[in-house]
Amino acid sequence: MASGKAKTEKIMTSREKILAAVKESQPELTPLPNLDLFYQNIDTPEQNLTNFISIVERIGAKVYQVQDYPQVMNQLKEDFDLAGKRVVSAVRELDAMVDEYKGSNNHELADVELMILPTHFAVAENGACWVNDELYQERLLPFIPQHLAFILKKENIVPTLHQAYELIADKSYGFGAFIAGPSKTADIEQSLVLGAHCPRSLRIFVMNLSF
Amino acid sequence: MKVIHRAERAKVFNEDEKRVDWHDETLWFVRHKRDIATHGILEWGQLREAGSQIKNHTLSNLNQYLQDFEKNAIANVAVIHWAADAKEHNDIVLELLKKNQITDMVKSKSMLKEKCHLNPFLEKNGIGVIDSDLGERIVQLAGESPSHIVLPCIHKKKEEIGELFHIHLGTPKGNADPQLLTEAARQSLRDTFLTRRAALTGVNFAVAETGEFVVCTNEGNADMGAHLADIHIASMGIEKLIPKRKHLGIFLRLLTRSATGQPITTYSSHFAKPATGKELHIILVDNGRTRQLSRPDFRNSLKCIRCSACFNTCPVYLRSGGHSYESVISGPIGSILSPNWDMKEHADLPFASSLCGSCSNVCPVKIDIHEQL
Repeated sequence: MASGKAKTEKIMTSREKILAAVKESQPELTPLPNLDLFYQNIDTPEQNLTNFISIVERIGAKVYQVQDYPQVMNQLKEDFDLAGKRVVSAVRELDAMVDEYKGSNNHELADVELMILPTHFAVAENGACWVNDELYQERLLPFIPQHLAFILKKENIVPTLHQAYELIADKSYGFGAFIAGPSKTADIEQSLVLGAHCPRSLRIFVMNLSF
Repeated sequence: MKVIHRAERAKVFNEDEKRVDWHDETLWFVRHKRDIATHGILEWGQLREAGSQIKNHTLSNLNQYLQDFEKNAIANVAVIHWAADAKEHNDIVLELLKKNQITDMVKSKSMLKEKCHLNPFLEKNGIGVIDSDLGERIVQLAGESPSHIVLPCIHKKKEEIGELFHIHLGTPKGNADPQLLTEAARQSLRDTFLTRRAALTGVNFAVAETGEFVVCTNEGNADMGAHLADIHIASMGIEKLIPKRKHLGIFLRLLTRSATGQPITTYSSHFAKPATGKELHIILVDNGRTRQLSRPDFRNSLKCIRCSACFNTCPVYLRSGGHSYESVISGPIGSILSPNWDMKEHADLPFASSLCGSCSNVCPVKIDIHEQL
């Protein structure tokens, strides 16, 4: 019955309308491509490290190779005048040296000068480090400080994003991010400026714990 | 009513020949950086092919993937909304803000929200909106619209931005130093991020398998907004879906190399669940997309990942500027997408082409742009 049909259409929600229109319009099913070739990478860990360092330096960050945590702190004290400045960390091994963030209102982080954070792993081809809320609950930590330092274990560098997503394929997280270099913009006449809204600098401490 | 054609608007842009030369050369340089970045990837051809096929497959099974995404996002405690058109999208945003008594919010880049004319709508309803991407903030202060989807104020000279910031942000008169101007915007927007309870963002990719979505920025403005606010509202076109998380590996490798020649954006943020005590809303928007999907000759344009490589290589775009298209998405891909939204208003856009095919050659998902034109 025509009027009945009109009535049904009228009470269709946007969800139903969109899903029906998509079903009606979508073309015949095509297959997903085979992606095997992207996982065939034979770069050695040493090559991954070399590639990672060269990309990181190109995107405006800095790499230090260190053996232990006191070395991290010494380097940071050398690089920054931290007197009277707030330094916060989420690295357990640094607990004795730096405040750990335990707050619940993240607006309190607005005055952090330097943040020191652990990372899960890094990607050689683009210089990115992967972090998620399994490492620390507060998502804002890597974004709000003036300067950021990451700790990365030397053996945790994968060649490309394909291997990176293999590592996190089945992980459950609320939030995660690849972070590559300091915050930047080139919106004014394409002049590159570091420190748009987030950290003005990024240091990555590559830890070689095998010694 | 006198209809002003694209060619006439391009004439306005061409009145300042020096500026046109600068625009042309600067964007061509971005194109050149794209070439260097892509030539460094031996399997670039296969990556493009994979990206293209994944997008084809997704469009061919979109009905199922939309339902999968919805189910998984709800399991993540995100709230899903569906909007058939711009009006419904804007109404949903307004209602969420009203419900939470929010009168000011911060927004990161979203072509979809631009297309929905969200800012003027919210302002008319008493909601203050601040754009947080530096380029978008600049055009917002100037009362203009973005002229490029990745580089919103590429049509502006630094002296004009200096003057704008002098008036609005109190920077010294006559100072056009990009470092100083960026710092002034940083200080001013930091205050915005810390005082807004709602943040709006766009979406680069959404994963059906997990219900998460990814937002890519270099500035970190989407993250500053979203993590400091109580409510995060993300709007996405229904074509932003991809089937699996691992497919992000393909698209994140393609996107920024094609856009600016960077290996990846500074921030590729994966939002799956709201943070404790906060809300995460996702609005799935049609607004003409199902119509585009029903047209076999044009549905390919829905594969677009908004990298803007086709802008930076287009001889017509480079010498006529984004504003001449008078459409939110300009350039070659905009010339296909816009007439679908409004055939009459954008009837002459497909003629803004030399049919040289350079756009199709650089497209990371192999859209046959010049053939569609």
